[in-house]
Amino acid sequence: MTPDQARAVLQEAIGHVVPGADLGPLPDDADLRDAFELDSLDFVEVVEQLSGIVGFRIEDHEAESLRTVERATRFLTARAPA
Amino acid sequence: MTTTLHDPTRPATRATTYREALREAHRDAMQRDDRVFLMGEDVGRYGGSYAVSLGLLEEFGEERVRDTPLSESGFTGAGIGAALGGLRPIVEIMTVNFSLLALDQILNNAATLRHMSGGQVSVPLVIRMTTGGGRQLAAQHSRSLEAYYAHIPGITVLAPATLEDARGMLWPALQDPDPVVIFEHGTLYNLAGELPEEPEPVDIAHAAVRRAGTDVTLIGYGGTVWRALAAADDLAGRGIEAEVLDLRVLRPLDDEAVLGSVARTHRAVVVDEGWRSVGIAAEVSARIAEGALYELDAPVERVCGVEVPVPYPKHLEDAALPQVADVVAAARRAVGDYA
Amino acid sequence: MPSLGADMTEGTVLEWLVAPGDVVHRGDIVAVVDTTKSAVEVECFDDGVVASLDVDPGTKVPVGTVLAHLTDADGGTAVAGPPAAPDTHAGDAAEPDAAAAPAPAAPPTATRLPHRGGPGRISPLARRLADELGVDLATVHGTGLHGVIRAEDVRAAAASTPATGAASPPVAGHDAPARALDMRRSIAALMTRSNTEIPHYHLALTVDLHRTLEWVRERNLELSLAERLVPAACLLRATALAAREVPELNGHWVEDAFRPAEHVDLGLILSLRSGGLLVPAIAGAEELDAVAMMTRVRDLTRRARGGRLRGSDLDPPSLTVSNLGDQGVESVAGVIYPPQVALVGFGAVSERPWAVDGMLGVRPLVTVTLAADHRATDGAIGSRFLKALDRALQDPASTMEQKER
Repeated sequence: MTPDQARAVLQEAIGHVVPGADLGPLPDDADLRDAFELDSLDFVEVVEQLSGIVGFRIEDHEAESLRTVERATRFLTARAPA
Repeated sequence: MTTTLHDPTRPATRATTYREALREAHRDAMQRDDRVFLMGEDVGRYGGSYAVSLGLLEEFGEERVRDTPLSESGFTGAGIGAALGGLRPIVEIMTVNFSLLALDQILNNAATLRHMSGGQVSVPLVIRMTTGGGRQLAAQHSRSLEAYYAHIPGITVLAPATLEDARGMLWPALQDPDPVVIFEHGTLYNLAGELPEEPEPVDIAHAAVRRAGTDVTLIGYGGTVWRALAAADDLAGRGIEAEVLDLRVLRPLDDEAVLGSVARTHRAVVVDEGWRSVGIAAEVSARIAEGALYELDAPVERVCGVEVPVPYPKHLEDAALPQVADVVAAARRAVGDYA
Repeated sequence: MPSLGADMTEGTVLEWLVAPGDVVHRGDIVAVVDTTKSAVEVECFDDGVVASLDVDPGTKVPVGTVLAHLTDADGGTAVAGPPAAPDTHAGDAAEPDAAAAPAPAAPPTATRLPHRGGPGRISPLARRLADELGVDLATVHGTGLHGVIRAEDVRAAAASTPATGAASPPVAGHDAPARALDMRRSIAALMTRSNTEIPHYHLALTVDLHRTLEWVRERNLELSLAERLVPAACLLRATALAAREVPELNGHWVEDAFRPAEHVDLGLILSLRSGGLLVPAIAGAEELDAVAMMTRVRDLTRRARGGRLRGSDLDPPSLTVSNLGDQGVESVAGVIYPPQVALVGFGAVSERPWAVDGMLGVRPLVTVTLAADHRATDGAIGSRFLKALDRALQDPASTMEQKER
């Protein structure tokens, strides 16, 4: 998975939980939970959506790696080779 | 009970009461127009059965504040004659209960002479009377017979509920070339509140929204406006936003205001101290059915006086007249809050 | 204060014409009172000696207020006087604002016709809306009296048809600012009522969540993605168990008395992205283990944020929970939702120093607060509740899994 693909996948997952959410203008190191006002329940749902799209299980302890766009992109490209 | 209709953008205000506002309206009208005079039982020396005209005899003299014998038909007829002769009489009848003695004069003469004379004469007469119960005055002093008058073509029927209307309705009523009947609910005379130093003119053609809301319209007039407002406060605590519409004018009814409000809220509760059968509430309900059926999400509710002579004991009188709790219950049924 | 006219509700004492110690007789003028009509002399209706004057000149009081006390001339017991005019009932005088007093229950059927509700009945507005929104009325479930289909049922049906699992915009047909204003007003009314009527007391307890979080972590490794737990589910489970154990906090204050609720119906305060909040309920929460609780919370949150709550979601809760931890605050000093008698608040779960077995350690802690109605309970009961909640969170293996009873 390329960084661009990873970003698109992240956009799709967050869009399911926060309709209209746009990753575009967000700095790479911005905290996604703060930026989109995600509570713990929302975040679990983002993780669930993401797991569904990429086709593998993301565990609780891995979810920490999804806190920013930059870290999430790195995690997804590493875990989902093209 | 104090008025809640205060608008902070208005200029200087002063404390007053419904009674004083009426008295001021009389004083103002009599100062503005020499043709205006007041007549009725005990309006002069005693100052009015409800003290509305207290002091006016001293100020304007016996010519213009005239005590009459206990003869409603006689002095109402005299008022009609004076109006035909070019004066602008205000006739005070002690209560609506006794006005039945004058009903022949009002219906067969005052309301009809313009028609019978082919438009040659008109009767610019204002008749004021007290109405309603809630004061433990027993059946013969507690009736709400507004519907009897609102039934008659040829006259205008007003029901001031607020200080603004108590102060403002008399002058435009006197300007009307045809008879105007004004109903003052007996529990309102002590209503206290603020009025602007310079009273603003009011119209005598439209209903007024006294509280905006989205879920149900509570329609009242005179004394029941305040019960509807109290009910709306209660309902707000239950998450129900009630709109309160004060009819103000019972004839001709402001259809546009009634139907417009129902179109916003889709539910209506009509509150009327009069008996339920063939009354004001019946008329308002019928017009909603005629003009807003497809806006209704629930049957129209009526909260009316129980069809008995109003009892004297307080607990029975309370049970016979529409109370705040009855209005709340009806509104909750209308919005489907059955808890 | 006697009633000096049928429409008099209050009067101002202008002047006393007697002083304590004076002997008075029935019919003597004892005071001058200003009604809104005029100054009136008040007669005494009894013989006796003035014991006290209880209302100062210049003071306005309701009809029925005791103005003075008289003693029998022979020094007997004090009696209130002057009494109200003979034609005025004491009960009447005690309620100057009679119009606002609740009416005795009148038979409602005597004053209105029965509504012909029932399955298959459709309100005129609902019928029109169904036409406009293209909703097949045969598929709509009526929630009105005896199953009448009303406008909100049609709107709900219209909103659920295109649903794809994603949240849909809140209730179509209402513009968002008006809706937000309405919601603001309802919250204002309810919270004002709460702070006006309810004497709150507040308690707080810091709880070590180490064991619970460990249990959640292990459990999540086994659970499917759709079932995965967040710690909040355990906090709710623990709250429901504590409410069962201390039923004095689970119910409603109605007509000056506490009515315990049969079940623990947990209200959940959900803030909406569009502003404002909703408080849907998890009915029968005491029967739900942590996983079942999580499922309900997830469903409820989705429906609430999608603007598609069911009528049953909004049944009145018996106890409400405010979880502001996600917003990062440490503790919640709650405002009770009347007529409930308590509100449980959870702050953020954060790692803090904590003494364990005589050693200083770093533990995930949460501050649990209780706002409770002092009319219904005292602090001792509130403390029992918080301790019960704590106990449930220290033994997740047994409290979070099995259903009670």
